[in-house]
Amino acid sequence: MKISGTKMIVAVAALCLLTAPAAWAKEIKVGAVLAVTGPASFLGGPEARTLEMLVDELNAKGGINGDKIQMIIKDTAGSPEKAVSFAKQLIEEENVVAIIGPSTSGETMSLKKIAEDAKTPLISCAAAEVIVNPVASYVFKTPQNDSFAAQKIFQEMKKMGVVKIAVLSSNTGFGQAGKEQIAKIAPEFGIQIVENEVYDKQATDLSAVIAKIKANKDVQAVMNWSIEPAQAIVAKNMRQAGWDVPLFQSHGFGNIKYVEAGGIASEGIIFPAGRLLIADLLPTAHPQKALLMKYISDYEGKYKETASVFGGYGYDAFTILTAAIKTGGADKEKIRTAIENIKTLPGTSGMYTFSAADHNGLTIDAFEMMTVKDGKFVPYKK
Amino acid sequence: MTAELFIQYLFAGITYGSMYAIVAIGFNIIYNTTGIINFAQGEFVMLGGMISITLLRFMPLPLAIVLAVGITMAVGALIEIVFIRWLKEPSVLRMVIITIGISILIREAALHIWGESVRSLPYFVGNEITTTGILGARISPQVIWVIGVCTMMVLLLSLFFGTTSVGREMRACAANRTAAILCGINTRNMVTLSFVLSAGIGALAGCVMSPITSTQYDNGTGLAIKGFTVAILGGLGNSGGAVAAGLLLGIIEAFSVSVVPLAFQEAIAIAILLLILFVRPNGLFGSKDLAGLKEF
Repeated sequence: MKISGTKMIVAVAALCLLTAPAAWAKEIKVGAVLAVTGPASFLGGPEARTLEMLVDELNAKGGINGDKIQMIIKDTAGSPEKAVSFAKQLIEEENVVAIIGPSTSGETMSLKKIAEDAKTPLISCAAAEVIVNPVASYVFKTPQNDSFAAQKIFQEMKKMGVVKIAVLSSNTGFGQAGKEQIAKIAPEFGIQIVENEVYDKQATDLSAVIAKIKANKDVQAVMNWSIEPAQAIVAKNMRQAGWDVPLFQSHGFGNIKYVEAGGIASEGIIFPAGRLLIADLLPTAHPQKALLMKYISDYEGKYKETASVFGGYGYDAFTILTAAIKTGGADKEKIRTAIENIKTLPGTSGMYTFSAADHNGLTIDAFEMMTVKDGKFVPYKK
Repeated sequence: MTAELFIQYLFAGITYGSMYAIVAIGFNIIYNTTGIINFAQGEFVMLGGMISITLLRFMPLPLAIVLAVGITMAVGALIEIVFIRWLKEPSVLRMVIITIGISILIREAALHIWGESVRSLPYFVGNEITTTGILGARISPQVIWVIGVCTMMVLLLSLFFGTTSVGREMRACAANRTAAILCGINTRNMVTLSFVLSAGIGALAGCVMSPITSTQYDNGTGLAIKGFTVAILGGLGNSGGAVAAGLLLGIIEAFSVSVVPLAFQEAIAIAILLLILFVRPNGLFGSKDLAGLKEF
């Protein structure tokens, strides 16, 4: 018997119609656009691995209200152009209910309007304050604001009686945004910036510039703002120059590899960071303790690499999204409203309380001052 | 400027400068025997540092460095034998593309082997916070190691090229390849040797520099650009010129931070390069006749 082509197509289409609705009912499609490779892979890599781990765990437990999550992760390699095309693809072709990411602030800014136009919630893993200020109704972010870190440092300086400081920053988006924030916030704390230098992100030796700021006898402390290996180099060059004023770093220092790179020169560096780094030293009653310990042991057990605060940003985005889907259901608009109503939800970066005006949900308390002792991060106490 | 600050800048400058000079000499050795610029020169420096850091887990520091230099030399030889040796009369453009390709290849291989993390060798003497006082300035003892080792390499190289027969054969190859072949010199072996030699000095420099600058898979590119600038500045093929130009550039860079913001440091180096090339197209120490002998 000969079956005509048309009949065949009709048959296949009918078969699809029969099976497809069953599959739709069980899966909630969530997209993620992360810099898994490329220069920002230190952010996107742990974020993507964390998401994969969490999705597997959640689905093994039966998903959200019986519906499984299907996570579609796209690698942007840190490029805003790719982030845009992947986000459009996820929204238009895959019909995702929400997007997690991107990893970097630049990429997030290029997606802000797309998320708004498509009315799709976007939970960014990037830190810049401009992502949520001014507030865009569908755009959220999980990392703490940079200004919190600067404020936390200035509070500490005030306690120490430090008034005149030297500021070093790298010529990256992170460094430059930090430099502006510092200049803006410092006067509020009565702190005066007497030296202000910017170095190249590829810098391998900063002894000349350290010599220059050291020659200014007014400098009582150095504040360095970067996410590069230069963080360790500043510390080394300062100690080699026989200079022992306190060195403050940004939350970018919260990565044990920089402590290793700085060796003994890293000892005593003071910096603000999320509590993930000192999870084992937190009191048992702390609301973040249990989830931090579980995340760290799960992640390190599965991937054989140290858990980082960056992976934590992905963890928080996923926790916020699943909490919202649980209360609101798998609908874009309902998810958005549900996120704005989240109150004191513990995450790796802090306790999240969102509102229509606050799409970050964290306060300055999400940071803890830390220092390095015997090559390890410990809470900073005088 | 106080005398103390002056000395501090000077030492910082000499440290950068010695490094640039060594990379530039690596360029020169290969340029002299082959007439090409080996853009993978910076990768040799990175390889030296990375391999020695890995080997350090199994053996003491001096042995790790010696072995790392040896392995990098073997890599240099391998590159020449696999990619360069069998080419018959290659054009300059083709060679440039090949060496750029090799540099990307090594960089990506290093990324896969060692990852993107920043590593460094331990300080040879003391640790990260040890300092030595010199004329009122305070510097790391490692700076003295860098300056010392680089000086020694330059001296040994000039002895090698000036007094040994192999060194003379390499120079003959540089001066006139056809004449060298007529004299019975195996020029192909000399080219291999030039790759081995420049890989070796690059690797050794990478080892002594590693405690100060740290080593990362993509360190080589920046160094190659600086080294190339210095090689041009000193006159391509002129190793004495490379040392002088390297130190000059390093010192200018170090002192520039006292006048202009640090961010302009790189711009100053490039501005000086452009300026000198306008006034003296063959470099500060290069002569027009010498440059005319080359295939460029």
